[in-house]
Amino acid sequence: MHLKHGFGRAAALAVLMAGTAPMALMAETPADTLVLADAIDDIVSIDPHEAFEFSGTDLNNNVYDTLIELDPTKPGELVPGLAESWAVAEDGMTYTFKVKSGITFSSGNPMTAEDAAGSLRRVVKLNKTPAFILTQFGLTPENVDEMITFEGDTVTLKTDKAYAPSFVFNCLTAGVANIVDMKTVMANEVEGDMGNAWLKANSAGTGAYVLRSFKPNEGYVLEARAGHWRGDAPIKNVFMQHVPEGATQRLLLEKGDIDIGREMTPTDIEGVSGNADIKVQNDVGGQLYYLALNQKKAELANPKVQEAMRWAVDYTGMTDSILKGQWVVHQAFLPTGFLGALTETPYSLDIEKAKALLAESGVTLPLEVSLTVRNNQERLDIATSLQNTFAQAGINLTLDVGDGARVLEKYRARQHDITVQTWGPDYPDPHTNASTFAMNPDNSDEAGNTGYLAWRTAWDPGELHAMTEAAVVEKDTAARTAMYEDIQRKHRDGSAFVMMFQQARQDAMRANVTGFYAGGATDSATYWTVTK
Amino acid sequence: MTGIPASPPAKRFPSLLGQILFGMATLAITLLGLLLVTFVIARIVPTDPVLSIVGERATPAQIAAIRDKLGLDLPMWQQFFIYVRDAVQGDLGNSIRTGQSVTSEIARYFPATLELATLGTIFGTLVGVPAGVLAATRPGSIADQIVRVVGLMGYSMPVFWLGLIGLLVFYGQLDWVAGPGRLDPTYDMMMEFTLTSYTGMILIDAALNGAWDVFANAVSHIILPAGLLGYVSMAYISRMTRSFMMNELGQEYITTARVKGMPEWRVIWVHAMKNVLVPLITVIALSYAYLLEGSVLTETIFAWPGLGSYITDALFANDMPAVLGGTVVVGVVFVTLNMASDILYRLVDPRARA
Repeated sequence: MHLKHGFGRAAALAVLMAGTAPMALMAETPADTLVLADAIDDIVSIDPHEAFEFSGTDLNNNVYDTLIELDPTKPGELVPGLAESWAVAEDGMTYTFKVKSGITFSSGNPMTAEDAAGSLRRVVKLNKTPAFILTQFGLTPENVDEMITFEGDTVTLKTDKAYAPSFVFNCLTAGVANIVDMKTVMANEVEGDMGNAWLKANSAGTGAYVLRSFKPNEGYVLEARAGHWRGDAPIKNVFMQHVPEGATQRLLLEKGDIDIGREMTPTDIEGVSGNADIKVQNDVGGQLYYLALNQKKAELANPKVQEAMRWAVDYTGMTDSILKGQWVVHQAFLPTGFLGALTETPYSLDIEKAKALLAESGVTLPLEVSLTVRNNQERLDIATSLQNTFAQAGINLTLDVGDGARVLEKYRARQHDITVQTWGPDYPDPHTNASTFAMNPDNSDEAGNTGYLAWRTAWDPGELHAMTEAAVVEKDTAARTAMYEDIQRKHRDGSAFVMMFQQARQDAMRANVTGFYAGGATDSATYWTVTK
Repeated sequence: MTGIPASPPAKRFPSLLGQILFGMATLAITLLGLLLVTFVIARIVPTDPVLSIVGERATPAQIAAIRDKLGLDLPMWQQFFIYVRDAVQGDLGNSIRTGQSVTSEIARYFPATLELATLGTIFGTLVGVPAGVLAATRPGSIADQIVRVVGLMGYSMPVFWLGLIGLLVFYGQLDWVAGPGRLDPTYDMMMEFTLTSYTGMILIDAALNGAWDVFANAVSHIILPAGLLGYVSMAYISRMTRSFMMNELGQEYITTARVKGMPEWRVIWVHAMKNVLVPLITVIALSYAYLLEGSVLTETIFAWPGLGSYITDALFANDMPAVLGGTVVVGVVFVTLNMASDILYRLVDPRARA
């Protein structure tokens, strides 16, 4: 019974030895390439007139330009983009933009007023999700050819009402108002899609970069354009890699295999904080965390219950631990950085007060409610904290966990009790959040107004609806600011929402990377300013 | 993966050709059943694919337009019929999420998984079989214990955790291998913009292009995830090999051979192996098929764009065309591997020969 000694062992060893890889090359990214890691699986489309997810608008911000822009170095300030000047007529309904001359698209075609008008018309005619940013000015596929016109180097935009000019201009800085090379786009039209399918894999803009390749859920490559109107971007290539896992990003960053990690958890950020080769850049983001209480559930429509919940959230407990560095306490629906944003935070954890309010409310205690939450670690952590403090006050939360799409569907179908959600502004004007948190034109199920968060949670905002309508046409900016402050206070103290946190973005990068701008609360990422 | 050895196929087919034809028919019927079940499940779950793609703020009109475009208002049997009709022509439809053709997306994701799973299976077989034999020939010995413990670890430890530890040690600390992803950015851009892609499998493509620097880089990226998957499949293969071999070594013909003075290595590796090989082929094929489905956690940790993460992401996004497309591929893989192992039986098992 002799086995030839070590036969099995030798074979196993040989295989194991073969598994010893060649030494990994010097971990350093190429000097002319910016290598980023982010979770980019949120992208649905990169057609600029359809893109409406963070990763997609970040990409497009570097490939396309708008007529009016936000200055990356002076957040909130409007500066010329493809338009050299703009004006609004006496009637408050006619806007004109004079486009710059000598700017070309990546195809070599000159950028003209015709392209600008054609692009804005395309947004309305395609009617994809972000189209509302423009159609809210009374534009429809039927009337847009009369409402948006061009002559020579001037584009004219007519609106249906005299809105606050700041509102209109702010909307034109949003990604949906990006100007595309209409000749190239229309040359790639299939079945009347105005080039939509083609633009999901190609770019046709005036931006600092051109899309070289885009692979959904894998990554994209951008290449700098020579002779760009802003001056050539210092970094020749941008290489974005889809790395969904924060721990993996941290490892890549520590090794120097990526320049910037954009999806790192507080734990990962803490892990790199002592590393001299890595710096962490703080910025605010526009995202807000909030609870939506479904008003179809009688107990949640009780104002005392709503107020009790505001006192039953451990705001600072969360921002000091699970949300550290990523979120700050914020209790109004306008993010800090916006016109009229309230920064006061009157609510804090007070279990006794919450108990007293619940006792006054007359509901049967303990109150049994389900909390619908997305299966992501941060949200589950928040949900767990809420579960704990709510239980102390007399509200039993049952967690209803699902993936992002399903949770969103449930919310949009008004099937939740309470849900933990985030919301980000669509354009840098207060109306973006005011219109969704404080307006609801028709609270019936049939209305299907999923665009209004108030509708999703079956809440009728009452007087706030009219107040918000008034604020968006107020020409005097100081008066407009005061109106939004008023609306936010009323909303904060008496709505179906509990506003909790504002995003505090942290991007970790190699120490030699400078000039990266994450976009603040109102803009998108900027690669063309980066040097390394 | 129950590990019960499949019985050799009955002698229904006097010829190999007959069996292949039968396999083809099985493939078609299996796929049709698979599609039907997936399709029905996808329609039963109370989710609406439209809601997940129109984003946060679509109007009812926009939602209706998309429903209409996707044909979601047609009766289900009609939707299914249209789907199968197109699928037969190689058109798996367009992904709802990305708008790209599912066929082209799978053609991009599957090779990444194929490359990983193939290397993993080779590794698992080359290590697993000898280890199993070693353990079987010396039951209760130290070697046996080691094989069992190592196997048990591979069987019970979360792949996710093993992968992270592997990255921390071999990439983070020791620098023996490259990190997550299939290639470093420089080589990735070379592969994409200057070299020709023949198969989508980087190792093969780089070799065909004669780009040995790209090849070396790809090797240093794939070793760890392939080793990890190999370890998991080795755990299974070695366990099964051990039990088959022990069973075989207790047979009378083995005793006879030993009495006749046949050298021990020959008794084990030729005599017994011939019979062990039959169920072993099934085991290896099964574990290969399992890896070919794409290992989601491994792909996540290693930022490996493979079929597993593709199907999972599609499921999360309720992207039916992509889910069905992925299912078709997994189905084809399973049935094909089954057929292949049936054919291999005939070649190695004298009892199965007509």
